[in-house]
Amino acid sequence: MGKRDRLSGNEAVAVAMRQINPDVMPAFPITPSTEIPQYFSSFVANGQVDTEFIPVESEHSAMSAAIGAEAAGARTLTATSSCGLALMWEELYVAASNRLPIALALVNRALSGPININCDHSDSMGARDAGWIQIYAENNQEAYDNFIQAYPIAENPDVRLPIMICQDGFITSHGVENIELMEDEQVRAFVGDYAPEHFLLNSKESMAVGPYATTHYYMEAKKQHAQAMVNAKQAVLDVAKEFEKVTGRSYGLFEAYRLEDADYAMVLIGSAAGTAKDAVDELRDKGVKAGLLKIRLFRPFPAQEIANALAHVKAMAIMDRAESLSSQGGPLGSEVMAALYRARSQALAVNYIYGLGGRDMRVEHAEEVFEQLRQIADAGEVTDAYRYLGLRE
Amino acid sequence: MDLHKVNNTCRWQDLTEGMQIYEGGTSAQFPTGEWTAVKPEFIEDKCKQCLLCVPVCPDSAIPVKDEKRGAFDYDHCKGCGICVKACPCDAIKMEGVN
Amino acid sequence: MKDMVEIRWHGRGGQGAKTAALLLADVAFQTGKYVQGFPEYGPERMGAPITAYNRISPEQIRVHSNIYEPDYVVVVDESLLETVHVTEGLKKEGAVVVNTAKSKEEIQKHLQGYEGKLYTIDAKKVSMEALGRYFPNTPMLAAIVKISGVMDEDTFMREMESSFKHKFASKPEVIDGNMKALKMALQEVQ
Repeated sequence: MGKRDRLSGNEAVAVAMRQINPDVMPAFPITPSTEIPQYFSSFVANGQVDTEFIPVESEHSAMSAAIGAEAAGARTLTATSSCGLALMWEELYVAASNRLPIALALVNRALSGPININCDHSDSMGARDAGWIQIYAENNQEAYDNFIQAYPIAENPDVRLPIMICQDGFITSHGVENIELMEDEQVRAFVGDYAPEHFLLNSKESMAVGPYATTHYYMEAKKQHAQAMVNAKQAVLDVAKEFEKVTGRSYGLFEAYRLEDADYAMVLIGSAAGTAKDAVDELRDKGVKAGLLKIRLFRPFPAQEIANALAHVKAMAIMDRAESLSSQGGPLGSEVMAALYRARSQALAVNYIYGLGGRDMRVEHAEEVFEQLRQIADAGEVTDAYRYLGLRE
Repeated sequence: MDLHKVNNTCRWQDLTEGMQIYEGGTSAQFPTGEWTAVKPEFIEDKCKQCLLCVPVCPDSAIPVKDEKRGAFDYDHCKGCGICVKACPCDAIKMEGVN
Repeated sequence: MKDMVEIRWHGRGGQGAKTAALLLADVAFQTGKYVQGFPEYGPERMGAPITAYNRISPEQIRVHSNIYEPDYVVVVDESLLETVHVTEGLKKEGAVVVNTAKSKEEIQKHLQGYEGKLYTIDAKKVSMEALGRYFPNTPMLAAIVKISGVMDEDTFMREMESSFKHKFASKPEVIDGNMKALKMALQEVQ
């Protein structure tokens, strides 16, 4: 069965990659994800995998090579962060619209500027509309587990979309924590062999990938891509169920923590959820009905399920580790508020921007937010729905 | 493959995934020769069968059989006139190209 | 999490404070504990002040913030006392251990009124004697294990030996020196 270990988030993802033993990995290093291709290339050098490792000259090339390899029929992955993801921008859309199930290990880092190497979600949030599945992790265990589940989700015939497995730069990527690893054979059996129906290197069938689509075709092609994204939700749930059978670790679209009877809820993504759980427990000990909802799947966005899970709360704080610079708040705020409106929710909601550029979120910060929620619920109205947490002012 | 899965009347549900095309040489099935009003004219008497026109044609619209070129494939010729320029024997004529 | 021990390391880039924090996480993990070992990253390079952290707990650790109210503080380079408030937030019931050849009285003056316990160790002397080179992190690791009591000394020595054997498989001559440094440090810290 599982093997107890202690690894950093980057090591954990690299181990998952080794266990998956993909066909091709093109990569270009960037902080804080550099260690992933670094560890992986040592696996290649040691003969622990038979992956073709391509040291490319930029992230644009990394994603281009990944597209070519995946279209050729090879199971392909890469890793990047921040500006590296930005340089892949054009190719992200190409990978997704060509329905190529590439896996990308994203180690979240602030996107310039000012230039900064620490964690926030501005890189992946900027790519949220590129047509990739996005899954986020609270800790190293989740980053590892999510990566193991990546291909079975992405390669599902009803889905066939690229997938971004995200974790928080430095906070989890460089932090060593306890982790339970699967056995190599378990991972291989779980992920299975890659046998695409159509692929460029198939000598029995000629094939063209990425043809030009005129106005007559473009909308139909987009709608088809959109439907694949709709289908991805069920695939995520199905794969999680299978994963639980093997490991005993349970995953869903999101994690509801002490939310069932909560009056005050925090909605957030990533490593800060662990910190907020400690705050929830402390408040519960004092009789405050606090709870939280941690987003795992952000693309596709499980709007209705989230709205239902939050339907009963008096007030909630939607926490964004990214600015939208829309003058209205962050991306998670927009998504959750839209979900609440569609569900005719009466809950009061505020949107906090926090943790930008690696700004630490402490248990005390989470408690402060819950105190604000209590005041909002007592007042029965929200006066300022767009706030900053941990800002000097 | 069934090219009816990629044409401009089919519903989104009927398109191939990512608009992929699972067959080679399918462009032959699209009469792109309609995209022009002027066409080159082949004057067979003047042709020395040097075949210099064949490789320069961007649309493979000059068929070759038994080492000899034949009549233009007007279903695919877009009338670019490059063959007129390539011919050393004045064996191809086209309106507007000298 | 009342049984959780939180440790903050202050060092300079290149002295191995981060490595020591990761090593401590490693050995504590081997004793069945839940651990965290993580550095605080910035643009620092060789010689710049850096901070690293450890959490060690019998229960799962969920918090992912830095440590502001540590139980213990390790100062790998005493020159940091001039510029960094190393005892900031340090619990009174806890302790600070400083790498220095100076007396406790002299170091105490730089601790900005910290009322808890102060330990000192001359890691340079230990390192030079045991290894012939100056690697302060190994003696400091032994010192904090002894002071914090996060594990007993025998277990610590056993786990470190197996860790060194793994790490220095190709250079067995380094293992004895490092083990000697640990043993000396356990005795020298006061």
